[in-house]
Amino acid sequence: MRFPQALIPSPLRKPAEPGEKAPGDGGGPIERAKDVPADVVGWVDERTGTTGFLTGLLYRKVPKGTNWFYTLGSATLFAFVFQALTGVFLAMYYTPSPTEAYDSVTHLTNDVFLGEFVRGMHKWGATVMIIVIFLHMGRVFFFGAYKYPRELNWVIGATLLILTLIMGLTGYLLPFDQRSYWATVVANNIIGTGPVLGPYLADFLRAGPEVGATTIQRFYAIHMLLVPGLMIALIGAHLYLVVKLGTTAPPWLRAESKPKSLRRREV
Amino acid sequence: MAEDGDNKRDDGSPPKPDPPGYFKGESMTRRRVFEVTVQALGGGAVAIVALPAVGFTLAPVLDEEDVIWTPVGAPGDFEEATYKEAVITIVEDVGETGKTTAYIRRGSPDLGESADEFVAVSNRCAHAGCPTRFVEAAGNFICPCHGGVYDFQGKVIGGPPVRPLDRFQTRISNGQVEVGPRYSVTSQLEPVRARDPGEFTGGVWEYIYPPRPSVPPPP
Repeated sequence: MRFPQALIPSPLRKPAEPGEKAPGDGGGPIERAKDVPADVVGWVDERTGTTGFLTGLLYRKVPKGTNWFYTLGSATLFAFVFQALTGVFLAMYYTPSPTEAYDSVTHLTNDVFLGEFVRGMHKWGATVMIIVIFLHMGRVFFFGAYKYPRELNWVIGATLLILTLIMGLTGYLLPFDQRSYWATVVANNIIGTGPVLGPYLADFLRAGPEVGATTIQRFYAIHMLLVPGLMIALIGAHLYLVVKLGTTAPPWLRAESKPKSLRRREV
Repeated sequence: MAEDGDNKRDDGSPPKPDPPGYFKGESMTRRRVFEVTVQALGGGAVAIVALPAVGFTLAPVLDEEDVIWTPVGAPGDFEEATYKEAVITIVEDVGETGKTTAYIRRGSPDLGESADEFVAVSNRCAHAGCPTRFVEAAGNFICPCHGGVYDFQGKVIGGPPVRPLDRFQTRISNGQVEVGPRYSVTSQLEPVRARDPGEFTGGVWEYIYPPRPSVPPPP
């Protein structure tokens, strides 16, 4: 594969091999333009090996009986990507300060073009993500897909579930209305009731003994930087293991242990 | 690593040649020295970045909060038999978020308190942190969230709270009663460092919910 010939000025082009059609020789500019996409793909592929990777990823074997329940993991991934995208746009208008957060959310919802829609998507998307992640977990559990050799992927998945719930908890504070303020106060107090380390953990989350100026900034940083970063890394590991280990067949399918010709037949 | 120059292997395979630069009696190969040095330098470089970040994040746990005294009225304004409500500031510069409600009265000799002192009870429920209210007719503090009930002194008489209502330190300054930092009390109303709601106080609970360095010591 070559760098797209159409993009190279003619004096710089390599002369054609004998027998090969010289670039720019046959066909008009339209003919040559048609080759550009293939040439670009080829140029990237030669240097990255993307095609081999994508072929392994997309054309991998899946067991018989794979059904719609197997899409729940992708649904969760889609919900995460969706939350990440809408979150980026919300962050453009949001101010993480105890005196301005509520006003910035009000402004974003009422004044910004389509702001209510984007915020609504983020809010309802969060609920959707919690629902599909639990359905996905249920699918894995009831299909026995957590068993050897996929235990590690179950552990990673459970960690992702906990991180998703942390996202829900930290995101709940950000609108900073009465509901989110008191929900956070109560959640922090529940964290504080953990023995020995609880009081210190609550102080860490609040950045002090009372909800103050840095609490909301801390929650914001955890919500938009720390936990999403961890989740992206763990989702990568999760998908790697899914592709490497393959998926399990549904439990109602039995392995065919003997070839058909050897099976006992009732005569 | 070869020991004492004896290059013979236990399994009888031919002796391993000495690595380049080897001399008899060395305790560490050249390769190992470089490995350890590079690991140590790498670890040091990571620590230079990581330790300040960790300290920076954890500092508020160890930092004692600022003490704020809010004047709430002249000593004559307060009675023994009932509470007067006042909104005080506990965190500065964060607007409404940094305010809380204190119920203040003069100490009552009938309850074993000095008539010169002032009792400031926090309205923060000791169960989950909801705002309680002093109900004049009942003489009790009642929490709207989960039905916690406290008597006139703030001791628990019903519902889920784990300890009496917190209190605030009081003092008289420039002819004004001032309300200061929060402290918690045991079931016998002995002062201890402020705890979060839901944490028991007194006895073995002082070890299970240890006092935090972020709050000032009790009076």
